[in-house]
Amino acid sequence: MKKNMLLLYVLPLLFLSCGGAEKRAESPETSDSVLLKQDEIHGKEIKDVAINTPLDPKMVKQGLAIYDLKCLACHKLTDEKLVGPGWKDVTKRRNPTWLTNMITNVDMMLAEDAEAQKMLEQCLVRMPNQNITGPEARSLIEFMRQNDGVK
Amino acid sequence: MKNDFLKISVLAFVVLGIVSCKPKSNKTASSSFLAGDAAEKVYVKPGTHDEFYNIVSGGFNGQLSVVGLPSGRTLRVIPVFSQFAENGWGYSEETKPMLNTSHGFVPWDDSHHVALSTTKSEHDGRWAFINGNNTPRIARVSLSTFRTEEIIEIPNSGGNHSSPFLTANSEYAVAGTRFSVPPDNKADVPISSFKQNFKGYISFISIDKNTGRMGIKFQLKTPGVSFDLSRAGKGKSEGWFFFSTYNTEQANTLLEVNASQKDKDFILAVNWKKAEEYLAQGKGKKEAAKFAHNVYSDETHSATSTIMNEVMTLDPKECPDMLYFMPCPKSPHGCDVDPTGQYIVGSGKLAAVIPVFSFDKIEKAIVNKTFDGSFDGIPVLKYESVLHGEVKKPGLGPLHTEFDGKGNAITSFFVSSELVKWNIEKLEVVDRVPTFYSVGHLSIPGGPTAKPWGKYVVAYNKITKDRYLPTGPELTQSAQLYDISGEKMKLLLDFPTIGEPHYAESIPATLIEKNSKKIFKLEDNKHPYVSKGEKETKVVRKGNEVHVYMTSIRSHFSPDNIEGVKLGDVVYFHLTNLEQDWDVPHGFAVRGNQNAEILVMPGETSTLKWTPTKVGVVPMYCTDFCSALHQEMQGYIRVSPAGSSVPLSWGTGKTPQTQADQKVAKK
Repeated sequence: MKKNMLLLYVLPLLFLSCGGAEKRAESPETSDSVLLKQDEIHGKEIKDVAINTPLDPKMVKQGLAIYDLKCLACHKLTDEKLVGPGWKDVTKRRNPTWLTNMITNVDMMLAEDAEAQKMLEQCLVRMPNQNITGPEARSLIEFMRQNDGVK
Repeated sequence: MKNDFLKISVLAFVVLGIVSCKPKSNKTASSSFLAGDAAEKVYVKPGTHDEFYNIVSGGFNGQLSVVGLPSGRTLRVIPVFSQFAENGWGYSEETKPMLNTSHGFVPWDDSHHVALSTTKSEHDGRWAFINGNNTPRIARVSLSTFRTEEIIEIPNSGGNHSSPFLTANSEYAVAGTRFSVPPDNKADVPISSFKQNFKGYISFISIDKNTGRMGIKFQLKTPGVSFDLSRAGKGKSEGWFFFSTYNTEQANTLLEVNASQKDKDFILAVNWKKAEEYLAQGKGKKEAAKFAHNVYSDETHSATSTIMNEVMTLDPKECPDMLYFMPCPKSPHGCDVDPTGQYIVGSGKLAAVIPVFSFDKIEKAIVNKTFDGSFDGIPVLKYESVLHGEVKKPGLGPLHTEFDGKGNAITSFFVSSELVKWNIEKLEVVDRVPTFYSVGHLSIPGGPTAKPWGKYVVAYNKITKDRYLPTGPELTQSAQLYDISGEKMKLLLDFPTIGEPHYAESIPATLIEKNSKKIFKLEDNKHPYVSKGEKETKVVRKGNEVHVYMTSIRSHFSPDNIEGVKLGDVVYFHLTNLEQDWDVPHGFAVRGNQNAEILVMPGETSTLKWTPTKVGVVPMYCTDFCSALHQEMQGYIRVSPAGSSVPLSWGTGKTPQTQADQKVAKK
């Protein structure tokens, strides 16, 4: 599994330079990897996420908008579990790098991260890839921090 | 080989004579035309992809199929001209307008020919076009979403068969009418007045090079004959279009006999650049004609249908040097242009030869006016003066020709049930291979373009008989894949197809797959009834209309409990799928709904209309297995009698309590 995942993420980089439409040959080359380099941002591990105080109100506002659109259906802002766990104190339980990868890189996390796998055993619904970018995830974390009482 | 051919021809004749036109069964298991390494050549390892997309007409099912080659696996059915019970096409409120016509809603049509968009006569992988034959229309299908984006109706037409073939840069798709008809605005005439009143309209449908948006640029009012098939010129012949005709006898009854009298019918050569010039000079005349133009938007996830009321026409009598007839033996069907644009191949269904015309000679004959009289005012070029040559005794019942890019043509023979490869320059047959049974169309990847990929040819057979396990009187359609890379054509694979494929095109997967759309972005959703997040879900009453703004995500609906709906109401469920991951659709069904179900892709909004017929609590649920808790993805709608005072209430995760219930509880 781990090997497969790695392969999936490395392949798109290798094939980036392959011209599709311009190239012609007796038997045209077929590559599954082109599917993986679509506009979806997912599939790249985030290593370091820096946080600052005081909170950035602009990010908090953007984070709330994303929450309403893509997260609220499954996550409450209290500690009550709906489909996924409630968000109260989530920024105290998890570090920002873990949270960012869970948001932007959920397939990798569910394949490789023991904590994420534990959550799957509890919830039994794979957290969906909601097509959220790195900066958007950062805003979500800012909103989570505000929810947890950070000023 | 020749012996084989003779045997088959004789067999075909015998069968024709005795039973019907269906050849006798023939086992191929150990035959010489079967490739020894066939299994290896068509095996696509689990988890790997096919090399080509084969975009296949669904024939009388009105749809398009997407098949992978060389495996022959069916990957999708794309609904076009018919309602589709798999995803709600033509059932959802958003897609119903796509099937609107000047006759009203038409739920099922007969689709024929596929044309993939080209730039400089080469595949560009952007769109597929297909014609509606019965209620004349042309559809444009996106090869990014694999959805039908646009359908335009063709007025002044009956049987849009000679369609939707494209010019070199996809400037136009054409629509030549199979039935000559009186003009729509003066159509109440005696059928016997065919020769005076009927015209064979050819429409040129412009295609916007950026958006693909279609419009009828002009219609040519040509003499009353039947147009069968057509191809655009390429290279030196790029400004021309060639149409095969039959019924130049102009019969209006028992065409089987009456339209087969002449030794030669015609191929019509149209100088469409000249037509554009006449149009620019103001020679066009607007005529009243009603037709629908339907457009689907990925932003609103909805279609609109607009009824147009006039069309531009050009009368050849006022536009000299635009049209020429070329005699062609006998009742020509296919009319195919080779990759260089130099040669035009006519396939006379009832002819004993395949005539090949030379574009250079056509141009010369026009300059020198080497005419053989005229037909209804249009000059007829002298047969010998435009002929490159004839392929002698090629087989029986030639129908269609495609090209391998190595100087050869491959022609399908319906009556003698075979594919025949012949050299275009030398006009010599080089190979032949039987098909099972009675091949109609054939398709080589890139075969109709300026640069064929070659490698394979697919035969789309008209008769299936014993090729598969029997399934009662109604059988699947039989396609066969042949390897054409070597000297001999070798049979590789039988595979079933859906509907009756009239033509197909194949294109390298690399030209398509990189553009294939995965999700619709929620942020970009401009549907008027979208719910961007559960916070926006609600139920709104407008008179007797109840609009449910609803969302789905693994694995619940919001709202999933609704009360306050009454008998006599019409309920619209506007379901937004909040998922943003590839391959996570949600379905939606309501018990007893007379309007089927819907299937909603990630980020899309789709509307199911429901008119309750009974009082009671009605279950609704997700029809597409979406997660481990899919079975739990369900809810209830309470329907009360007409005039009931149960107020509207809704929710998820809480039971909606009506005021009446609350009062009861207090007591």
